[in-house]
Amino acid sequence: MKGDRIFEQASRMFAILLVVIVASIGFLLLKESLPAIRKFGWQFPFSSIWDPVAEVFGAWPFLYGTIVSSILALVIALPLSLGIAIFLAELAPPYLKAPVAFLTELLAAIPSVIYGLWGLFFLVPWLRTSVEPFLIKHFGFLPFFKGPPYGIGMLAAGLILAIMILPIISSISREVLQAVPNHQREAALALGATRWEATRMAVLRYGKAGLLGAVFLGLGRALGETMAVTMLIGNRPEVSLSLLAPGHTMASVIANEFAEASGPMHLSALMGVGLALFGTTMVVNAGARFLVWKVSGGRGEVRE
Amino acid sequence: MMGRDTLRKWVNRWMLALTFASALIAMVPLFLIFFHILSHGIGAINLDFFTEMPKPVGETGGGFANAIAGSLVLLALACSVGLPIGIFGGIYLAEYGGRKTGEVVRFFSDLLNGTPSIVVGMFCYAILVKPMKHFSAAAGGAALGIIMIPTVLSTTETMLKMVPRSLREGALALGLPYWKTMSSIVLKSARAGILTGVLLAIARVAGETAPLLFTALGNQFWSLSLKEPIAALPLQIFTFAISPYEDWHNQAWAGATVLILMVLCLNVVSRFFMKNKLARGRS
Amino acid sequence: MMGVKKKIVGLAIAIVAMTGSNYAKADSINLTGAGATFPYPIYSKWFSEYNKAHPDVKINYQSIGSGGGVKQITEKTVDFGASDAPMSDYEMTLVKAPLVHIPTVLGAVVLAYNLPEIGEDLKLTGENVADIFLGNITKWNDPKIAAVNPGKNLPDTVIVVAHRSDGSGTSYVFTDYLSKVSHTWKGKVGTGKSVNWPAGLGGKGNEGVTGLIKQTPGSIGYIELGYALQNKIPFASVKNKSGDFIKPSIESVSAAAAGVKLPEDYRVSITDADGKDAYPISAFTYLLVYKKQADAVKGKALVDFLKWAMHEGQKAAPALYYSPLPEAVGSRVDQTIAQISVAP
Repeated sequence: MKGDRIFEQASRMFAILLVVIVASIGFLLLKESLPAIRKFGWQFPFSSIWDPVAEVFGAWPFLYGTIVSSILALVIALPLSLGIAIFLAELAPPYLKAPVAFLTELLAAIPSVIYGLWGLFFLVPWLRTSVEPFLIKHFGFLPFFKGPPYGIGMLAAGLILAIMILPIISSISREVLQAVPNHQREAALALGATRWEATRMAVLRYGKAGLLGAVFLGLGRALGETMAVTMLIGNRPEVSLSLLAPGHTMASVIANEFAEASGPMHLSALMGVGLALFGTTMVVNAGARFLVWKVSGGRGEVRE
Repeated sequence: MMGRDTLRKWVNRWMLALTFASALIAMVPLFLIFFHILSHGIGAINLDFFTEMPKPVGETGGGFANAIAGSLVLLALACSVGLPIGIFGGIYLAEYGGRKTGEVVRFFSDLLNGTPSIVVGMFCYAILVKPMKHFSAAAGGAALGIIMIPTVLSTTETMLKMVPRSLREGALALGLPYWKTMSSIVLKSARAGILTGVLLAIARVAGETAPLLFTALGNQFWSLSLKEPIAALPLQIFTFAISPYEDWHNQAWAGATVLILMVLCLNVVSRFFMKNKLARGRS
Repeated sequence: MMGVKKKIVGLAIAIVAMTGSNYAKADSINLTGAGATFPYPIYSKWFSEYNKAHPDVKINYQSIGSGGGVKQITEKTVDFGASDAPMSDYEMTLVKAPLVHIPTVLGAVVLAYNLPEIGEDLKLTGENVADIFLGNITKWNDPKIAAVNPGKNLPDTVIVVAHRSDGSGTSYVFTDYLSKVSHTWKGKVGTGKSVNWPAGLGGKGNEGVTGLIKQTPGSIGYIELGYALQNKIPFASVKNKSGDFIKPSIESVSAAAAGVKLPEDYRVSITDADGKDAYPISAFTYLLVYKKQADAVKGKALVDFLKWAMHEGQKAAPALYYSPLPEAVGSRVDQTIAQISVAP
């Protein structure tokens, strides 16, 4: 019996250790960012000036950059991911299912720095020489496409993020769709619906919450991406409507400035940005888990 | 009526085509990335790449030997941190996780899973590098280990839960203490599945760069020491990629080739095992 | 399961033991330094050459930017720091023990540009540069640029500004110069390692900015001379205080340092120097070292290296396009190095 107690205590100890580590991360971020929060108050997340010389810091450019790049990524990735998920769950013939699923998962395994490397040498030149001039020429009257075609900028970052989150959204969506009970489909088909109509009316509607959860999970991943983004976004704390402009995200500013922030307010401000990042991903991921859990009727398996 | 039915059939065909097209479009970047990396990387891979250290700026040649060795050291360190917490944590959740505590632990594990890796790097800088007054492989390994935990934990929990109750009950009925039942019988039965979780976790952290920026720092020399800064494959790829030197770019491609092949092998092997295990488990 | 886990744990222990024993070996001395990207080409050459001459000494230098160098040496997470920007009075107050600046070489911050149609002999005044980086001049064929480049066919292309995204000594030197030649710049942006850039794309390190310039047509950025020459990027001649357009070179940088009164601690700015042949954006670059070295073995190795750098090392400078220290400065630095005490 003694052995049992030891075993149980040991496992509990490690489980608690996990909780302690995560709580410490949050606690550390909070503690270190207090000086900046005290100095700049509630203005901190909404002020646009990031001036290390004058020791004035506002996190808005990074929040803005993170939000815009992530939303852009979602807009591009969502239709494609959903299409793949529906294809794999409902419409694909068996001989195509396995290879397509496999290849989509391969996309998820590619490390961020390699996406950045590829983006830098292939995506960016392509954007700069073909895509962006095209956008400027035909849509340049819109505020979204103003400015010179740098190649590097919000559009490049959004595109690479889209490629990176596509596999997550599609694989979770596919699981959600597959979890929809068959009787829903069969009922629709029995009533004379085409396969697409059965999918649309029965499966998608039923799995709406779960699909939303998948989107949230993809969003969560996009929010925290560092390396690929910092290599492609231009690293400039600028708030601009134009997708062609350079920007910065919360993760990329930390990567660039953390190792050298020497003024105490500078470091504290960066910790504040880290806290914002931590908090945002926490909220988004919690929302995602809840939604997927609801649809899978209990414990949904949503591990990568 | 006839017209409407034709429209519906037409829409049906088109939607099928569109979803298939989505799959194809998603494949395009995948194939492009592979093609570009392999075509640029293969050329730069030679024996030197695996045996030489990076040369100073301006001299051609050199290799990634220190980065590859460094990554292996970091992965071993990461395992020594991440595996005990992940596996024992998974055991706790599967066997002892009462409703309340179990939910809390799972929630925190999810939280950690979604935490951006750069935040973990900031944390390890503050609690390891700063007090130790050293950038080190230990700090880098700890950061990677922390990132590994959620993957290992959830796979372990899932796999253990799949072991049928009858196995446990049989062993207990024969008089084995509970802990011996766990270690000798249950874990052994679940080990293939747990291994897949471990492999997936390793594959994930093998490519991580951000947390190493302020922990392992990087090193142009050969070093396996835990207390010194250490080179790492993704880190060196990053440094070389953003440099202006053509020679370094080529080596970055070569490094990317090695890294992506390594990560993919781990993924493919583990998913293969996972499918097998799940299939057997379900039957 | 236990078997596999045991193997993994065993492997981990083996590696730990192996590396632990590696650390116990007395014949390998590892020093870690971090900081400026400005002198990275010559530092990487120095550390490589020094290691060849003394195989037991490995000096690991990571170019993370001068800001990083200052911060990490203050935190004592590295054995020495490197910065082109001399530490400010405020930064010195954060340091807990006496720290010395050791000047190593001189370099030039050049305006490198990517515009093949105009060739290699672009001329710019200080005001021009400030206006470009303030975002006031946005096209290459702006009349102000045309005024100082008569006879050149400047295209109607947008100027893409490239600056540093990390804390940079090169930025410090550059903004220090701009603050001297432009009141607007001084008031609006100021001098610093990280400033609130009015325009442009950010690159990490001299390396990152050089990469940006190379890949972006129509771009202009400020980088160290060696980076421009090694990557065959053309750079501008800048008008100096005496009114001449000076091309950055080893000689024109040395001219900027000549006749500058060096303070005791070497913290000085030599931008916008007097002197007919002086290149106006020149700078010393420094290694940051604690006056009292706590570790006997490492301290001695570091001091030995510094002595080597002052003599052998200087010879390597011109080949990599850095200016060696003037003789008078060199002998003063020797004396400073002699005052670094190593714990017994």
